[in-house]
Amino acid sequence: MNQQDVQLEAIIAELKQKPGALLPVLHRVQTQLGYISPTAQALIAKGLNLSTAEIHGVVSFYEDFKTEPGAKHTLQICRAEACQSVGGRQLEQHLKNQLGIEYHQATKDNQLQLEPVYCLGNCACAPSIKFDQKIHGRVTIDLADRLIKSVTNCAEADS
Amino acid sequence: MATRIYIPQDSAAVSVGADDVAETLVQKSAHRGLKVDLVRNGSRGLYWLEPMVEVETDGGRIAYGPVSPEDIEPLLDSGLLEGSDCALCLGPTSDIAYLKSQQRFTFSRAGIGDPLCIDNYRQLQGFAGLEQALSMSAQGIVDEVKASGLRGRGGAAFPCGIKWQTVLDAGDAGNNNQQQKYIVCNADEGDSGTFADRLLMEADPYALIEGMTIAALAVGADQGFIYLRSEYPAAANILSKALTTAGQHNYIGDNILGSGKNFDIELRIGAGAYICGEETALLESLEGKRGVVRAKPPLPALQGLFGKPTVVNNVLSLATVPAIIAQGADVYAQLGCEKSRGTLVIQLAGNIKQGGLIELPFGSTLEHLLESFGQSSLSGRPIKAVQVGGPLGAYIPKQQWQTPLDYEAFARIGAMLGHGGVVVFDDSVDMSAQARFAMEFCAIESCGKCTPCRLGSTRGVEVIDRIRSDQDSENNLLLLKDLCDTMEAASLCAMGGMTPFPVRSAVEYFPEDFSGKQSGAKP
Repeated sequence: MNQQDVQLEAIIAELKQKPGALLPVLHRVQTQLGYISPTAQALIAKGLNLSTAEIHGVVSFYEDFKTEPGAKHTLQICRAEACQSVGGRQLEQHLKNQLGIEYHQATKDNQLQLEPVYCLGNCACAPSIKFDQKIHGRVTIDLADRLIKSVTNCAEADS
Repeated sequence: MATRIYIPQDSAAVSVGADDVAETLVQKSAHRGLKVDLVRNGSRGLYWLEPMVEVETDGGRIAYGPVSPEDIEPLLDSGLLEGSDCALCLGPTSDIAYLKSQQRFTFSRAGIGDPLCIDNYRQLQGFAGLEQALSMSAQGIVDEVKASGLRGRGGAAFPCGIKWQTVLDAGDAGNNNQQQKYIVCNADEGDSGTFADRLLMEADPYALIEGMTIAALAVGADQGFIYLRSEYPAAANILSKALTTAGQHNYIGDNILGSGKNFDIELRIGAGAYICGEETALLESLEGKRGVVRAKPPLPALQGLFGKPTVVNNVLSLATVPAIIAQGADVYAQLGCEKSRGTLVIQLAGNIKQGGLIELPFGSTLEHLLESFGQSSLSGRPIKAVQVGGPLGAYIPKQQWQTPLDYEAFARIGAMLGHGGVVVFDDSVDMSAQARFAMEFCAIESCGKCTPCRLGSTRGVEVIDRIRSDQDSENNLLLLKDLCDTMEAASLCAMGGMTPFPVRSAVEYFPEDFSGKQSGAKP
């Protein structure tokens, strides 16, 4: 067994006794390994006595679960109504233009992935974005530009 | 002696720099040889003032805000630690009008102290409800909750006491102790414009734990789950620590406070699916499956988690219970109006000058909230529409802002209070774009089980796009109306069933935005 399989076996052994263990297992696998590969899915299926189809069904249903390695950083932009009311749509369009990508895509240097999110619970300090693990409120175009330029060269020069 | 300073650890306060303010304060005061005892409290919910710094003085707590790291030096120069009246000073916290004119019942402790300090919680009447409940019969607790008139705060507003009674009575009556039952807390607060659950979990986590434990005593459950959305990592961190501490002090676990009763709570994290806020989808998700809605009946109260009788309640419903039991149902029931008893927790957000959390007895009006609390729009432009109750709530025009904020009055105007989110839009908003977004959101987040929701939402986006580009608008508006009727009548749950609310209200009250003049406008 390779090292990844050993890690997977350990996660499954630790969590499989929980009732409805699949989501806790998937979260742990993603946290430790970064994503949930088809190989990992097969091992989880075996460990939890479920079919690979069931695992695939769950992994593909939930937005959080990724099946391949993502970019180094993730920028989530809140698309929900409270953020829209204070310039969220303009912020979203600006960032897409600057990075030259759409949602669910990564920049060419694979440094930054753009994802939508529907509410960070920060609605009285909108518009909001989440950059990796940190939530930013009252986001200005300036602040967003500074954040993306700190990790990728793919952002266009100031226009 | 060290001066006690409070700076919130609430994630919204942190999102606008509270951590940096705290770090700067510690550094700068140490540099000056000043002694500071920093407490990271929860938020009071006065979000336009965050990061808000409070200084404890002999005359009570003095507030300053919004404070940036650059403000710390000048504030220290002008006597911050003595609570002096200088720039950014808001006066005594308890005298801030926004806070003073509220009636905090569920949120009475929010922002006062360190959320994880169990002694602080006890000093503020924490666990008084649980201790009282341990001396009551299960039926006695259920009767008290019924008498309080508490209704589900997640949005559906179903009477909590009746739900609890159903679970208490479920199963083999002669053998009630043998029946496995569950308490599930719905902390999947996905509605845009809502943050009350998050604020409570981050500011007063023991109140939720205490409420769940009382619910367990009332219905005979020995296992609870908190299903928390993954978008709230700070709440997850605080709750998991609070669960450990509550267990160490025997407020949960085996033989609670020597009563012979057992109840454990496990924190589970969602995975980014809005639909899991619907209670049956949430149960499926807890069972490790896709978050697909179940048909009702059977009710979750009879066949819920793993097919067992289950109480599924929102965070606020559960967190309100301890104070009801401790203070008596009458205290709660005498607040409010008509069939909406107690307090409504409003979350004022979006394009508003003073956004934040407002707890008032039912019966206030949007006009009052927008003017007295909100102090008009953030942009300074006229307010055009207000969406109440999240993405499935109606857009409410000015002529309806006098409607009393109670469940039935809102239902009568084709709207809903839901979880109390109020999102404000100024006159730059294009209501056909908002209607389109309502359909788009439904298409993205639909679980896919029923056709009206899964396909209707996608067709809805297409129909609105045709209207916006002036293609046979008259007939397409009729088609949209027909589609809304189908979705409302034939969807399995509120996702498809209520997406028509924002769409219809936008068409009905803002017809000028559907005149086809949006041609070329970006969706």
